[in-house]
Amino acid sequence: MSELLRRSASRLDLRHGRVEMAHGSGGRAMAQLVDELFLRHLDDPRLRARDDSARFAVGAGTMVMSTDSHVVSPLFFPGGDIGALAVNGTINDIAMSGARPLHLAAGFVLEEGLALADLERIVASMARASRAAGVPVIAGDTKVVERGKADGVFITTTGVGMVPPGVRICGDRARPGDAVLLSGSIGEHGIAVMSTRESLGFETEIRSDSAALHELVAAMVAVAPDIHCLRDPTRGGLATTLNELACQSGVGIRIRERDIALRDDVAAACELLGFDPLYVANEGKLVCICDASDAARVLDVMRASPLGIDATCIGAVVADPDCFVHMETAFGGARVVDWLAGDQLPRIC
Amino acid sequence: MRLVDEFRDPTLARALAARIAREASPHRTYRIMEFCGGHTHAIFRHGLHDLLPPNVRYVHGPGCPVCVLPVARVDAAIELVERHGVILATYGDMMRVPGSDRRSLLAARAAGADVRMVGSTLDALQLARTNRDREVVFLAIGFETTTPPTAVAVRAAAAEELGNFTVFCNHVLTPPAMDRILEDSPDPEAPGVAIDAVLGPSHVSTIIGTTPYAGIAARHRRPVVITGFEPLDVMQATLMAIRQLNAGRHEVENQYTRVVTRDGNGKARALVADVLEVRPRFEWRGLGTLASSALQLRERYAAFDAERRFALTGSTAREVRGCACPEVLRGVTTPPECKLFGTVCTPDNPMGACMVSSEGACAAYWSYGRHRRAAEPTAREIA
Repeated sequence: MSELLRRSASRLDLRHGRVEMAHGSGGRAMAQLVDELFLRHLDDPRLRARDDSARFAVGAGTMVMSTDSHVVSPLFFPGGDIGALAVNGTINDIAMSGARPLHLAAGFVLEEGLALADLERIVASMARASRAAGVPVIAGDTKVVERGKADGVFITTTGVGMVPPGVRICGDRARPGDAVLLSGSIGEHGIAVMSTRESLGFETEIRSDSAALHELVAAMVAVAPDIHCLRDPTRGGLATTLNELACQSGVGIRIRERDIALRDDVAAACELLGFDPLYVANEGKLVCICDASDAARVLDVMRASPLGIDATCIGAVVADPDCFVHMETAFGGARVVDWLAGDQLPRIC
Repeated sequence: MRLVDEFRDPTLARALAARIAREASPHRTYRIMEFCGGHTHAIFRHGLHDLLPPNVRYVHGPGCPVCVLPVARVDAAIELVERHGVILATYGDMMRVPGSDRRSLLAARAAGADVRMVGSTLDALQLARTNRDREVVFLAIGFETTTPPTAVAVRAAAAEELGNFTVFCNHVLTPPAMDRILEDSPDPEAPGVAIDAVLGPSHVSTIIGTTPYAGIAARHRRPVVITGFEPLDVMQATLMAIRQLNAGRHEVENQYTRVVTRDGNGKARALVADVLEVRPRFEWRGLGTLASSALQLRERYAAFDAERRFALTGSTAREVRGCACPEVLRGVTTPPECKLFGTVCTPDNPMGACMVSSEGACAAYWSYGRHRRAAEPTAREIA
């Protein structure tokens, strides 16, 4: 226990207490919040050192760095919460370059009035996700803003990682003839979050697929170092990710609807809301584009992991100066899978 | 989901496609308007075009009811929330519909207006109950399908004496719109109507039944086939329409028999009749002002009518110039032939009714059918 803590009048009331402006003021209240809440869960010697920056040694080679701000309403949803999302999201962004994630930093913007019990739940969940992934949070920051100027808590995480030698995975490397692989069923995260929103409340057993994918990627890269593109289809869903990759690489993509895994309950929720599951967010899936000769090998290792057990080849890259994504529908027709215009909104009929 | 899968069976689709190809005469074209946005959505989402012979074409109808709401009414909704400070509750796809200067409720919300998206009229009522110190206005919109829930909400508000709840009523009626679309243009220079048959509304017809279309089919001498929203429904109804045209018939037929009856839902209609009455006239985006084509609150529920409670300036905003919506809806122009299509008017920045909703004719054409634009004949070439 720090000297500061012993001198404070009483311990944080983690059951009934709320975030106050003083928790961000840099004074004793802030030190107490860091001690009794953040450090209790995100226990790391570099955090405990309380320096302005965290120090770590690196080997020779190529590093990657990524940052991602997390805002989600509600903060807790079936299968996850903003804390786990903030850790897994940045780990995945690092992993999509084929890199091994090493360290994370986390910045918190807390809204005055947020229940300390909720904050503790979120930080504990971050700690669990970070331990499970083996990627520690080694630097952090906390700010408090007045009530009404944020939505409970916003978390920005930044990560660094190391790219294995010989690996060059980028969005512009898709070539005609490449295979397009998808690691599992789509739409679960978006529907899980949607189902708990006040205005759309419906009961479902759908849970967010939030998961760290770096181990899966490591296994894939080990058997096929020349994977061309990797991307996690988060916001905007599979459709948006495929359009991004097609545009970046200057190619077209053709996919088959029948090969895209979709849980029955997610399909049903999408029907109910008038959503197209191709545009619904995922937080634990990835799209892989690789040479067709690597596809079978990569699929095998994907399916050997619980995070890629439902992996399929969903189509192929084709030459197309217009960079369209086409889909052969399960019904037997064909359609363009376009960029989304605005957000998907529930339809009235 | 079993229920849906059965209506999306590719084997049955191939069989139906083969039958359509066999029965459609190669010596003529079949221009079939699918009336509802739900039909258009099914056609594009499942790629039905690919399964039909080239001389069987779909002409996209007015789409979802939010896209036919005119600029002036959107302006009025924005005025309610910005000038009168109400909480405005409405359905999701209404949020994006542009008013004057392309301002939508989403834009108004971004500028600080209190606009809430609700999934049902019950959510809107609940907002009024939990915000007693605020005026809560439900922006009611939709064809006959969404009208009964509005009537229920008004009656509940009356029973509870919920004094801070009103309805801004924009409910519209499908038969007058279908009648207008099928009416030949009075201008001898302008093309008439390039529609041979209509796939009639599905969920609307669960409420109003099939009888309201009988006069329309007879007057315009065109078949009307009430059609469900699943792709096999649309294909089967297409075959039914082709058979009527081949036989020279123009009747109302019901493909959607698993839900739609001749007389519809009597209880729902009685409820609506108790609360709402026909307006003398109402403006539609894309179709102009149509007599007896919309609903308003009856005098006895005047206390719950936002148009009576709040003094609205009555925007005289006009629809955008150059928009070919009326011609697109009558089937005499395809979306890419409109000079605004894809330039001034896109799904990200919609102008006309047909681009506003994701299932409007132009939006559907843009999102799902862009790739076939070059290959597809124009409306005049088809005719």
